[in-house]
Amino acid sequence: MAKLTRRDFIKISGGALLGVAGSGFLLGTRGLRANSITDPRNAADRVVPSFCGLCFWNCGILVHVKDEKIIKITGNPDHPLSNGKLCPRGAGGSGLVYDPDRLKKPMIRKEERSRQVFREVGWEEALDYTAKKMLAIKSTYGPEALALLTHGPGGEWFRQLATAFGTANIGVPSYALCRGPVETGFYLTYGASPAEVENTDMSNSRCITLIGTHLGENMHNTQVQEFSKGLENGARLIVVDPRFSVAASKAHYWLPIKPGTDIALLLAWMNVIVEEKLYDADYVAKYTTGFEELKKHVSDKTPEWAYASTGIKPSLIRETGRVIGAFRPSSLIHCGRRVTWYGDDTQRLRAAAMLNALLGAWGRKGGYYVPAEMELPPYPYKKLDYKPKAPVDQPKSGGYPFADSILATGLRDASIPGNAAYDLHAWMIYGTNPLNSFPQPKKTIEAIQHLDFIVTVDNLPMEIAGWSDVILPECTYLERYDDLKGAPFKIPFTALRQKTIEPMYDSKPPWWIAKELAARLGLEDCFPWKDVEEYLKVRVKAASLDWEVLRKKGAVTGKAQPIYVEDGAPLAFDTPSHKIELFSDRLKSAGFDPMPQFRPPEEPPEGMFRLLSGRAPVHSFGRTVNNRLLSDCYPENEVWLNDKICVERGIRDKQKVVLVNNDGVRSNPVKVKKTRRIRPDCVYLVHGFGRKQAKMEFAFNKGANDTDLMTKDKTDPLIGSKALNITFVKVEQEV
Amino acid sequence: MAVDTKKCVGCNACVIACKSENQVPLHHFRDWVEEELAGEFPNLSMEIRSLRCNQCSNPACVSVCPTGASWVSDGGIVLVDKRKCIGCKACMAACPYNARYVHPKGYVDKCTFCAHRLKESLLPACVGICPTSSLVFGDLSDPASDISKALRSRKHKVIRPETGCKPNLYFLA
Repeated sequence: MAKLTRRDFIKISGGALLGVAGSGFLLGTRGLRANSITDPRNAADRVVPSFCGLCFWNCGILVHVKDEKIIKITGNPDHPLSNGKLCPRGAGGSGLVYDPDRLKKPMIRKEERSRQVFREVGWEEALDYTAKKMLAIKSTYGPEALALLTHGPGGEWFRQLATAFGTANIGVPSYALCRGPVETGFYLTYGASPAEVENTDMSNSRCITLIGTHLGENMHNTQVQEFSKGLENGARLIVVDPRFSVAASKAHYWLPIKPGTDIALLLAWMNVIVEEKLYDADYVAKYTTGFEELKKHVSDKTPEWAYASTGIKPSLIRETGRVIGAFRPSSLIHCGRRVTWYGDDTQRLRAAAMLNALLGAWGRKGGYYVPAEMELPPYPYKKLDYKPKAPVDQPKSGGYPFADSILATGLRDASIPGNAAYDLHAWMIYGTNPLNSFPQPKKTIEAIQHLDFIVTVDNLPMEIAGWSDVILPECTYLERYDDLKGAPFKIPFTALRQKTIEPMYDSKPPWWIAKELAARLGLEDCFPWKDVEEYLKVRVKAASLDWEVLRKKGAVTGKAQPIYVEDGAPLAFDTPSHKIELFSDRLKSAGFDPMPQFRPPEEPPEGMFRLLSGRAPVHSFGRTVNNRLLSDCYPENEVWLNDKICVERGIRDKQKVVLVNNDGVRSNPVKVKKTRRIRPDCVYLVHGFGRKQAKMEFAFNKGANDTDLMTKDKTDPLIGSKALNITFVKVEQEV
Repeated sequence: MAVDTKKCVGCNACVIACKSENQVPLHHFRDWVEEELAGEFPNLSMEIRSLRCNQCSNPACVSVCPTGASWVSDGGIVLVDKRKCIGCKACMAACPYNARYVHPKGYVDKCTFCAHRLKESLLPACVGICPTSSLVFGDLSDPASDISKALRSRKHKVIRPETGCKPNLYFLA
């Protein structure tokens, strides 16, 4: 007898498409123009400033609305992060609003004739049911048995709700899967992390070193603006990447490093800079501790030593080390984003932080500036009197002592009985898709099968929706207000996200969903305001800002303040020694290397390649692959394979192959990009493709899914982040 | 217009902005991005170009058009009068740059340098959005314009000069 799994993945297939809403890009096909000068007649009725939601940079946008349709999105010149410019994703936001596959109505999983299906319901029923299930979890297991996995500004309403509900198990997946090693590696060194909008002063740099960071394909708007200004101003560019990225094509030096050996290179650069006295001696003397230990530590880490593991010639290591040192302090090693690669990543980012310190770059012009933040008083909520149980994102057997944030992957593991101090029994998901982002997807499904309840709030039917009990359709970022958002930057600022058109279908803003749930959970005090506009007006008034100005301009800046130490910006280090810690006593006491050590990575078995992944400029990983406007430029990913390997094996460009990993897991057939732009020992895929959700009709089955191939588990012992570059694959040609 | 190939990262912001501004249908493009790779691993170099109609001074598309739908307007911008276009595609065969596409409505379409925006003293959509400020635009006959200055101060080239079309899309080296 077939074993029925508790939960079937409902593909939400079928159901007639509602009449296609007038997509911005189809408006022009209605009729020929009368004038001989092509005029798309797209002068807007109104232009509404807001901030973008297609990634987490949150750039200021101007949304042009005509006949209640969004016809185009341009950059807001008043928003410091966009300066009137946008990356392709921001410009393509209408493709999300008018995505015919959007979630339209709340849905509840029901069992009918021993099949599990989703039934569309009204909001009352969906919210009542969700609250009922949440209260049942609370009374049976305690409120801490509910975990919230969230990503994006809209999730902050749910964080507040979950906290009031009584759980501390709130995880933003990007710590364990993206930024954790940067935040903690730098924090252990400087007592501060790079800002959310990385505080790299590239436009003033005289030397920029990128380790794996592929700006240009990674389209974080402001970063790319700064990057190109820096290059225009004559900055030297050094790119370390197994792949000849777009950034590498702009570089004066491209170091096609063997994957997994970056720590060796960083140590060798430190060797050159220390030995040849190319460090900022005054800065090091004044601000750092542990220099003598560092000097001793790197004394044998010569370029010759590093050559053996990195494959980079000693003369090139020496020359680039000299260039990096020569341009101090306006010489920076970019900290990067999505740095969760090999399982030793926090130590690698420690090395990057230490090297930046030797250069005197932290706090300096052309290095890392001291960010300015607009201080906004929070809403005067009543203080919560309930102290929740400690979170269970770390395993019972022993944890990750330096994790600065909750590990979302750990929350997943805690949903499998017995792993953690207590078990999780329910998930609330906001704007994140664990099935496409967490390595070891089978484990994620195993966790899901143990849960009593899952509620997902999203605007698209991502894979996690297919496993949920309740799906609550959120309206897009263009159809709602969210909380004020500014990021620490060169100038203090804050921005408003405001509604540009009414929510489509039966979708609702996240603040409303959270508030409605709060009311049903007996948590009315959680959101004591009538609606989000009332909330925002209170905050704006408390900050002595003008609501009407904010609505009109979309962003307001504060008083400029010094951002460089040279100009008087304050430099303080929240470390035990109150100095920059080149040698970390904290790490030593915890049994870890106080200074990074290089350990050779595992080698791919004969005939296999290491799988690397990264970004395409028109996509935000898996969030945008169903966006038809953006996907018109890049509808599916391809596997980059070195051209000599292709020739040896008779593989043609654009031929379809299947990637098979070390556990026999097979990818979708995927086109090959036969290219000279990658080392022969690795292959590369843009992350976010190969989707399994049939209701995302455009993205379904296009390209290959790198996450599905990530069956190996490797965790950074310092912080618990995962390693995403440890998969080995064979390339099989389709017969 | 000039494209600064040193700065262009091929992000496609220009493509998406153009598609929105000009309601270019899916699967068709008025502008697009090309990458040209040279050398052998690991000594590689790559030029990235944002491309569109070259708005030639001696446009082959205009000379072959049987109906006069393709014409040169003020400022040298080559336009297509949709009312006159019969969709014969002679212009597409003549164009050395693959700049044109057949609109689903039956006429041939291409980049117009956002002539409708130039009328209002606004920059073309692609120029306005470019996050690396790689697109330089202006009046070639005005020596003080940004484009004239760029062409005087930077090494530049055009594509396929041998066709004699006298293209006006420059690539700054």
